[in-house]
Amino acid sequence: MKNLNSVFAAYMIGWAVFFVFYLSVAKRTSALREEVERLKNSLKPGK
Amino acid sequence: MMWKRTIGGGAVLLLVGMAAWASFFIAPTERTMGLIQRIFYFHAASAWAGMTAFSVCFVGNLLYVWRRLQKWDSLAVSSAEVGLAFITVVLITGPIWAHPVWGIWWTWDARLTSTFVLWLLYLSYLLLRTLIEEPDRRALLSALFGIFAFLDVPLVFGAIRWWRTQHPAPVIMGGPGSGLEPTMRMVFFFSVFAMHALMALLIVERYQLEKLRTEFDVVRREAEAL
Repeated sequence: MKNLNSVFAAYMIGWAVFFVFYLSVAKRTSALREEVERLKNSLKPGK
Repeated sequence: MMWKRTIGGGAVLLLVGMAAWASFFIAPTERTMGLIQRIFYFHAASAWAGMTAFSVCFVGNLLYVWRRLQKWDSLAVSSAEVGLAFITVVLITGPIWAHPVWGIWWTWDARLTSTFVLWLLYLSYLLLRTLIEEPDRRALLSALFGIFAFLDVPLVFGAIRWWRTQHPAPVIMGGPGSGLEPTMRMVFFFSVFAMHALMALLIVERYQLEKLRTEFDVVRREAEAL
């Protein structure tokens, strides 16, 4: 089982990169959606 | 719409999980390198998916220059960011594989250097976009830069075919004498398929963000005009 740690590390780090990227996209999307809603509400008549 | 994305995401997770399982439990152990060679299924499949993402970015850039439609710029920037994530994985998993086999983490050979330059070029593409405020000007200049950056993709592909390098010779499309054992080949192409599915999912998610950004710009302009 030589190098098992290296193989495991490569897969884990790789998946972590994709996961962090996905989280970053989801977080940016959610923040921007809130901002768009806030702006739209401020444009409504009477606000 | 939400349930479609959830099912899509679940299917992609299942695919990449199956690909990881196949590379550990179905693919035979390589004779010379042993267990460490199993990184190949993740490393090379990520590289192929990254190159495809940059190809999508290139097409988006060309179409933007030709048609000047916002959607092509959105597609280009989405795929550039996703491609960069995949190439980051390639540049991390490569040295982890290289160290036990070559005895070094890194060397400035043609394949490794051209891949690192590719990573820098697309990072610059994304940084350039943050420096230009005006949307049309940002889209055009980054499209032109993106077309230039793509010139490195064939160079990365050809580096192990045209020059003698430290990086192993190609096992796919490598000409006479190259090739993979049939089970390894099957697992590899399944991994390539799974990584492409993940790439498509990430591009779709990132594209939604870009669409929202366009909507934000429109609403902001309306607010400023009042």
